[in-house]
Amino acid sequence: MLDQSEGYMTADGRQIGPVVMEMKNITLRFGGVEAIKDISFDIREGEVRAIIGPNGAGKSSMLNVISGFYVPQDGQVLYKGALRPPMRPYQVAQQGIARTFQNIALFEGMSVLDNVMTGRLTHMKTGMFAQALWKGRAEKEETENREVAEKIIDFLEIQAIRKTPVARLPYGLKKRVELARALAAEPSLLLLDEPMAGMNVEEKEDMSRFILSMNDEFGTTIALIEHDMGVVMDLSDRVVVMDYGKKIGDGTPDEVRNNQAVIDAYLGVAHDE
Amino acid sequence: MSKTLDGAGGLTSIPALLHRNVAQFGSAPAYREKEFGIWQSWTWSQTFDEIEALALGLLDLGVAEGDFIAVIGRNRPYLYWSMMAAQMVGAVPVPLYQDASADEMAYTMSHCGARFVIAGDQEQVDKVMEIQDQLTEFEAMIYLDPRGLRKYDHTNLTQYSAVQEAGRAKRSTHEPEMKARIAKQDYDSTCVMLYTSGTTGKPKGVVLSNRNVIETAKSSSMFDGLRQTDDILAYLPMAWVGDFIFSVGQALWCGFCTNCPESAETMHTDLREIGPTYYFAPPRVFENQLTNVMIRMEDASPMKKWLFDYFMGVARKVGPSILDGNPVSLIDRIKYNLGELVIYGPLKNTLGFSRVRVGYTAGEAIGPEIFDFYRSLGINLKQLYGQTEATVFITAQPDGEVRSDTVGVTCPGVELKIAENGEVFYRSPGVFVEYYKNPESTADTKDADGWVATGDAGFIEESSGHLRIIDRAKDVGQTANGQMFAPKYVENKLKFFPNILETVVFGNGKPYCTAFVNIDLTAVGNWAERNNIAYASYQELAGHPEVLATIQSHVEEVNTSVAQDRMLSDCQIHRFVVLHKQLDADDGELTRTLKVRRRIIEEKFSDIINAMYDGSDTISTTTEVTYEDGRKGAISATLDIRNATVQAVTAQMAAE
Repeated sequence: MLDQSEGYMTADGRQIGPVVMEMKNITLRFGGVEAIKDISFDIREGEVRAIIGPNGAGKSSMLNVISGFYVPQDGQVLYKGALRPPMRPYQVAQQGIARTFQNIALFEGMSVLDNVMTGRLTHMKTGMFAQALWKGRAEKEETENREVAEKIIDFLEIQAIRKTPVARLPYGLKKRVELARALAAEPSLLLLDEPMAGMNVEEKEDMSRFILSMNDEFGTTIALIEHDMGVVMDLSDRVVVMDYGKKIGDGTPDEVRNNQAVIDAYLGVAHDE
Repeated sequence: MSKTLDGAGGLTSIPALLHRNVAQFGSAPAYREKEFGIWQSWTWSQTFDEIEALALGLLDLGVAEGDFIAVIGRNRPYLYWSMMAAQMVGAVPVPLYQDASADEMAYTMSHCGARFVIAGDQEQVDKVMEIQDQLTEFEAMIYLDPRGLRKYDHTNLTQYSAVQEAGRAKRSTHEPEMKARIAKQDYDSTCVMLYTSGTTGKPKGVVLSNRNVIETAKSSSMFDGLRQTDDILAYLPMAWVGDFIFSVGQALWCGFCTNCPESAETMHTDLREIGPTYYFAPPRVFENQLTNVMIRMEDASPMKKWLFDYFMGVARKVGPSILDGNPVSLIDRIKYNLGELVIYGPLKNTLGFSRVRVGYTAGEAIGPEIFDFYRSLGINLKQLYGQTEATVFITAQPDGEVRSDTVGVTCPGVELKIAENGEVFYRSPGVFVEYYKNPESTADTKDADGWVATGDAGFIEESSGHLRIIDRAKDVGQTANGQMFAPKYVENKLKFFPNILETVVFGNGKPYCTAFVNIDLTAVGNWAERNNIAYASYQELAGHPEVLATIQSHVEEVNTSVAQDRMLSDCQIHRFVVLHKQLDADDGELTRTLKVRRRIIEEKFSDIINAMYDGSDTISTTTEVTYEDGRKGAISATLDIRNATVQAVTAQMAAE
């Protein structure tokens, strides 16, 4: 296991900082079903952290616990060192956590630019009336936020569809727009729910490149869930492996790859429970 | 205008022109680029500061006089400044095609021995790194966009802004040297080196002097009355001579503003926002735009469609005459003005042509319908004929004398002569200095008196004095019947059909002519959609019987038209094949400027060509293809060979 104190240095020479989010003995139940059983792990500043596992392993539930959407029955969630109380989604966003969804959740009738601008909402301080009048502070604020949005549009290379309504875009581009919206919030923790699902090889390559450059360029801490093992191993610094709601592995991609429990889970050894 | 053109004396280099522009139009916009959703602009003074800082930085890196500096990337102000900064320190800029593969780049860069490279982004940096072991003289690379490059080894790699900073910091150290180098440049110093696209064989490095570039810029600007207040959109490859003359030569001479699009995909939006007054595009761009307009009109409401059809009829009838200043009846004038209000104006606005005062097309023949369409809308679209070796301009059409089948009269200062075999020769102040490190080719092309062979066959039309080009001189041959064979002539006629994107005609030394056809996926795909024809791939659509029948009717129509030309009646197409793949520059079948490479196609598809002459009805073939990322694959297909009806040529004609 890795040293838990001050952070570590990755193979490609990036300094990973202190713990941003810590999950302590999390258990989540839906009625009689235990979706997550006593799981602990942490996410460190500046790293790409993956959660993998076969279908039904509880990955999405885990991500929803991180995002504060589900409140676990047992265990503690510590965010930046403090115990996190149950919150509403907008409060989570205000804390600097942004996410994308497995099934795209964009405003279909709005343009790409407007969708990205909604990601800036938590950074806007003027009220509805001030924005409607669009004078003074509200105008200045919009200009500043538009600049951030435009930098992200440039970064994700979606300039050509800036004014296109989202409904008219193909799937791969919608995924990218969703990423842009999440990034526009300038999150301290970005959660990606299956960012490559349903993509072809080329789109996956593009998406991987964006995730890596995001981490590199803005220093964004990323937690992602992914099915595609190859992609996960290439992208992440540390991987949590789940199976049937339990944590069966945690470590660098190499450590995880050589972990017997992980191999069994993926190759299908009979479970004895 | 007089203000623009004074002071020809002393303006013998690019830095001298820059100085003049700073003095005369210091606060006028010189460059614009759309970035982060808005147009960023630089005045001539700001431009000069940027260029100077980079030039000083280049000196700090150790650039020597006469060094070659390769510039690779999409059109961006910073890269135009790179070329000018190179000229400020006595180095020679060599812009390269940004979509060239690493292998192609390895050839040109080792041929000129570039010591420095200025690359636009990570993609270009990667390509240069891939081949840097083959480049013995390569020393250092400067990059513009830092994205993705943070972790690269920076021993030979510096960011553009860092070079400028170093230049600014050490101004006092390097400024005297820079001034001395500028002072040394005269009219015969090398201005730029541009590689030809290499239609046949390896690209050749064309060396152009300050005289070539500035004289050409001066005379062509006068010919079209270009002004300091003009705007152009720089979107064609920077390695192409035309872009260098428009965006550097003429821009510096006139002091007008060069606008760079945000990215290749946003070019049409940016075109609309800028509304250039001086515009150049190859025929293919005009063709695509027209196809798009027509496709969208098919889906328009009946009322709109009726209005469009009615007013386009009016425009076709009187538009060109109004543009040429010929008399038109009052009724037609009123109708045309009404059309301008409801159709032409909005359409031109959508296309981005509202402000075009001078528009040019060149490189290939343009279909008369396409040409007339734009002219009838009131867009002053003209043709010019030129080549890299002439610093573009050989002939151009003056306002009021525009036709789709000629390329115009000689530009100021150009002399023309036609050789016995029909090949066109010219002599002008724009004639290139030499092919770099290739004296044999230089001697083959340019004789002692300065006459240059164009390699094109053509003639001067007696009635108008305009030049007409038939074909490449070396492609003109004879069929087995001893008749003249000019493939391009027939290909152009075929390509005027929107359904046909590209075609190659064979027949030199053969008993009859045959052709390869590439369908236009946009046009044919749209037709298929409207007729509920399902297809999964280009290959499947290209092999559809109804598509083949349509293409056959086009071929037969062309045969009828070719049969009327006495000299070329034997060029009618007897058999043809619709190819299973699009001819592609990545496969070497087209040049990077999208011209057909006949020899390579003949070799690669020799099995299909043989089948067209041995009477078979089908041919099974496998073709290797290269994907954009360099991977290779193969596609196989069984192709139908179709027979087309040919018109009988009367005995009397054949006897002549």
